[in-house]
Amino acid sequence: MGRISTVSRRRLVQTAALGAVTAAVPLRYGRSQARPSLKLGVLLPRTGILASQGTQCVRGYELAVAIAAEQGVTLEIMLADTESNVDTARARAERLVGEGAQMLSGAFDSGQTLAIAQVAEQRSIPFVINIAAAPQITDQGFKYVFRNFPKAGALITNGLTLMKDLFAATNTTPRTAVLMHSNDTFGLAQKQAIDALFPRLSMPFTFADSISYDPRARDLSVEVSKARAARPDLMVVVTRANDAILIVREMVRQRFDVMGLVSPGSPGMYDSQFVSTLGRFAEFAISNVPWVNPNTALAKQVAAAFAQRYPQENYDGNLFNMAFSLQAALVGVDAVRRAGSTAGPALAEALRATRIENHMMIGGPITFDATGQNDAIPSAAIQVREGRQRVILPAAAADAQPVFPVPGWTQRG
Amino acid sequence: MIAARAMGGALLLAGLAAPWLASEYVLSVLIVSLWFAYVGQAWNIMMGFAGQLSLGHAMYVGLGAYAAAGLFVFTGIGPWLGAPLAVIVAVIAGAGIGWLGFRFQVKGVYFALLTIAFAEFTRILFDHITVLGGSGGLFLPVGQRSGVDLINLRGGPVMFYYVIFVMTVAITALSWALLRTRLGYQWQAIREDAEAAEAVGVPVFRTKLLAVMLSAGLTALGGVFFAFYYNTLFPEQIFAKSRSIEMILAPIIGGMGTVLGPLVGALLLTPLGELTMAVIAGLGVTNAGVRQVVFGVLLILVLWFLPQGVWPWLTQRWAKGRRQ
Amino acid sequence: MALDLTSFWLAISNGELMANTLVKGTLTGLVYGLMALGLSVIFGVVRVVNFAHGEMMVVGMYGAWLLAVHAGLDPLLAMPVMAALLFAGGYLLQRGLINRFVTRPEHVQFLLLVAVAMILANTALMLFGPDARTVQVDYAFDSILVGPLILDLIRIYAAGFAILLTLLLFAFFRFTLTGKAIRAAADNLLGAQVIGLDHQRLYALTFGIGAAAVGAGGCLMLLLIDATPMIASDFTILGFIIVILGGLGSLMGALVGGILIGVSEALAGTLIEPSMKSMVSFGLLILVLLIRPQGLFGRRG
Repeated sequence: MGRISTVSRRRLVQTAALGAVTAAVPLRYGRSQARPSLKLGVLLPRTGILASQGTQCVRGYELAVAIAAEQGVTLEIMLADTESNVDTARARAERLVGEGAQMLSGAFDSGQTLAIAQVAEQRSIPFVINIAAAPQITDQGFKYVFRNFPKAGALITNGLTLMKDLFAATNTTPRTAVLMHSNDTFGLAQKQAIDALFPRLSMPFTFADSISYDPRARDLSVEVSKARAARPDLMVVVTRANDAILIVREMVRQRFDVMGLVSPGSPGMYDSQFVSTLGRFAEFAISNVPWVNPNTALAKQVAAAFAQRYPQENYDGNLFNMAFSLQAALVGVDAVRRAGSTAGPALAEALRATRIENHMMIGGPITFDATGQNDAIPSAAIQVREGRQRVILPAAAADAQPVFPVPGWTQRG
Repeated sequence: MIAARAMGGALLLAGLAAPWLASEYVLSVLIVSLWFAYVGQAWNIMMGFAGQLSLGHAMYVGLGAYAAAGLFVFTGIGPWLGAPLAVIVAVIAGAGIGWLGFRFQVKGVYFALLTIAFAEFTRILFDHITVLGGSGGLFLPVGQRSGVDLINLRGGPVMFYYVIFVMTVAITALSWALLRTRLGYQWQAIREDAEAAEAVGVPVFRTKLLAVMLSAGLTALGGVFFAFYYNTLFPEQIFAKSRSIEMILAPIIGGMGTVLGPLVGALLLTPLGELTMAVIAGLGVTNAGVRQVVFGVLLILVLWFLPQGVWPWLTQRWAKGRRQ
Repeated sequence: MALDLTSFWLAISNGELMANTLVKGTLTGLVYGLMALGLSVIFGVVRVVNFAHGEMMVVGMYGAWLLAVHAGLDPLLAMPVMAALLFAGGYLLQRGLINRFVTRPEHVQFLLLVAVAMILANTALMLFGPDARTVQVDYAFDSILVGPLILDLIRIYAAGFAILLTLLLFAFFRFTLTGKAIRAAADNLLGAQVIGLDHQRLYALTFGIGAAAVGAGGCLMLLLIDATPMIASDFTILGFIIVILGGLGSLMGALVGGILIGVSEALAGTLIEPSMKSMVSFGLLILVLLIRPQGLFGRRG
C-alpha cells in the first residue's frame, strides 16, 4: 500500500503542479490552442468496502493520460473519493462539476453510479460509466449517461453460454452444480439473472442447491459444508475477491473436489488477491467475463506502460477494472476530438455517435444505442494458469487450451 | 436567549437566500448539512430531551425511506401519501422497541445496544425482502429534472434544498415549542432523574414512549427525503451502523437537549468534513479515513472540554461578554 | 418456501453435515469467546463499555500481520508481543483519557469510546489501506479427518489457544495479588479504597489486560480471517452480543457466549439461509436483553 500511495501522491502533485501551470497561463491561449483538452472528473470508491477495486480503476485512468496525449488530447484527471457511499458520491459529483469537470466517469458500483448519473443529467455534463451492471442505470431515459459495460442480464447470458462452449470443447458434461453467491447488489443481480435465463439456455446441468451468503461473512466454512453435502459436479460462484478466497480455502480444507470452479460473470477469481493468496489452489479457476484481447496493439501498449508505472502490481489482477476504466476515459477522449468543444451537449452528441474500432477488449467496435448503452460486449472464458489469467475461449482470442475437469486439490504441486 | 434569537434569525435569512448565493456544489453540501440537522433534531427529542440513548436511528431513516419509496415505485403514489405511511411504519417500530425496552427495564447502555440490535436485525431483514429489491437495492424512477413537481417530489437541487430547509425550520420550531409544553417538562424531569419524576407523578413509561415514537416518526420523514433525493436505496447503506453514529454527531457536538444545538452542530460538521477533504486533497495525500479521524478527535475534544456542546458554550460566553 | 423446507429437511437429516456444523460452530465460537473476553473484563471492573473493542482487535490483527510480513513471525508467536503492546496501549488509554470520564454519565463514556473507535479504525485505513491483509502459514490448508468429521488445523490451534488464554486469565484473577485486588475493586470500590488500593492504577491495569486479551485474540483471528479496517465495528457488536449473552463481567460467560453464538450461527447457516445467520445473533441479543439482561452467567446488579 505504501508503494501505491507514493505513486498516486507523486501523480497528484504532478497534476496539481500542472493545474497551477495551466491556471497561470492567461486565458487568451485557451481558445486559440489547437490541441483539444478534457477535464475528466473521476469518481471512484477509494475508501470503504469497495476501496481496493476502486484503486485498481484509478490506475486505468492514470494510464489513459499518456495514451490520450498520443491521440492529441490533453487529458486531465480530477479524482474524487465516493467512500463507497451513495450520498458522498452525489456530493462529490457536484463538487467536481463545480470545479470545472467537463465530463464525469466512474463509479464501479451501481448505486453510486446512479447517484452520479442524476447530477450529470441535472448539470448537462456527460457521464461515461466504467463499471456498473444494474440495468436501471441506462433504462431511465438519461441523455447524458453512457455505459461501455454489459448489463447484468447480458453478462450472465454470455457467461452461461460460454460454460456450454467449455463443456463442448472439453467433452465433459457436469450434471449437477451448486450456486454460491454473495448477497449484495452485484451477487443478487446475477443470481436473479441466472434464475431468469437458466431455463431458456437449456444448460446440461441442474442446480442441486443455491447458497446465498453474507458479503461481510467472517468465514464460509459452514456454507461450503452445505455445498459439499449436495455433492455437485460443478461449483458456480458469484463472488468478489475476499469471499472467493474464503470459499476456495474451505474447499481445500474440506477436501471438496469438483470438476471445476466457474464464475458466470463476477470479479472475484481474476483478482490479484485471489491469485497471490491462494497460490496453487487458485489455479484453474475459470471466470466468464468481458476481457482484454491480448493481441491488440492497445493492450500491448497498456501492458508495457503498466509494468513501467506500477512494477509492484499484478497486471492480470488489475486488468479488468483497469481496462474498463481506461476504455471509459478513451471514449471521452475520442468524443472530445470529434466534438471540437467541451460543452456538455456537444460532448454528449459526439458520444452518441461513438464508433471506436481500435480498443483493447475482445469484441467489436464500441458504440452506444439510443439509451447510451453498449449492448455488444462479449465475454471470454479466462482461466488461472501458473498465476496468469489466460483466455481459453472463444478460440479466436485464446492463448491457452482449457483444462477441465481440473486436477483435485491434493494433486497440485 | 437574545443570542438564540439573533442566531436563529440570521440562520433563517441566510438559509432563505442560500440558493441565490451558493454555487450548486455548496448547495449540495448545504442539503446534506440540513439533512443531518433535521435528523439530529429528531434524535435530540429522544436523547436530548427525554434522555433515552438510541444508537440505531438509521433504522427509522431506512423504514421511512423504504415505505415511501416502495409506495412510489409500485403504485406511483407520491410522498404526500408516502410520508404519512413512512411515519406510521416508523412510529409502530419505535413504539414496539420502546415498549419492549421500557417494559423489560432495559436501561442506559443496554437500551442503546437494544436499538443497535434492532437496527442491524432490520438491515439484514431488508437484505432479504426481494419485493423491495433486497440487497440489490431499490431504484426510484428518476423523473424529469427540469420542472418542479412538488406532488411527486421530483425536481432539481433548489427544490430539494427548500424542502429540507422547510423541514429543518419546522422541526426546530417544533422542538422549541415542545420544550415549553407539559410534555417537554416531563421529558426533562425524566432525563434528570427518572425515579424522582415518577415520585412526583410523571407517567414515566408513557412519556418516554411518546418521545421514542415522536422521534422515530420525525426521523422517518428524513428517510423519505433521502429516498426521493438520492433515488437509490440499499439496506447496507441506509441501515448502516455508521449512519446511526454519524446522525448523532451533530446534536452531541452542537449541544444535546438544546433547540439550536443540532442545527449548529450540523452546520459546523458537514462543512468541516468538506474542508478537511479539500485540505487533504490540496496536500496531495490520499484521503482515506482522514475525515473520520478528524471527526473522532473533535468528538473527544467536545466531550472533554465542552461537555454541554458548542452552542451552550457559545451562549454562555456571549452572556458573560454582555455582563462585563 | 417449499424449496427452503426441503433443503431444511435434507440438511437436518444429514448426520455428517450436522456433526460438522456443530463442531465448526464450537471451534469458531471459542475464538469468538476469546475475542470477547477482554470486553467482559473491562466492563466487570471499570464499568466502562468499551465500544472500541473490535477496533482494538483489528489493531492486534494488523500488528500480527506486520510481524509476519517483516519478521516472519507466525501469528501464534506474535501473540505475546501484541498482547504486551496492547496492554501498554490500553493502560495509557485508561490513564490518559478514559479515567477523566469515569464519573461522567454512562452515555458520555459510551460516546467517548465511539470516538476512539472511529479514530482507531480509520487510522488503520490510512496506514494499511482497504485491501484485505492475510498471512500465509504452512498449515493454512491442512485438515484432519476424525471419522466423518473434518477438522481444520487452524481452527483447532486457535480454539486451543483460546481455552489456554482463558485459563491464564482465570488463574490471574484467582491466584495473584493484583488479580485479587482488581476483583476487590470491582466488588466494592469504596472498601477497596478504604484498605488503600490505588483504584486508578487497578483500573488502568484492567483496561490493559482487557486490551491484551483482545490483542492476542486478534492474532488468532488473523489465522481465520483477513484483516481489513471495515470488520472492526462488526466485531465490536459481535463482542457485545457474546458478553451480554454470557453475562457482562463473567469470563466463563464470555467463552460460553462465544460458543453459543458460533454454534447458532453455524446452525442457522446450514438450516436456514447463510446470509441470514447474523440475524439470528441479533435476535438472540434482543431476547437476552429483554428477558435476562444479566446474561447466562451474570449477577443481577
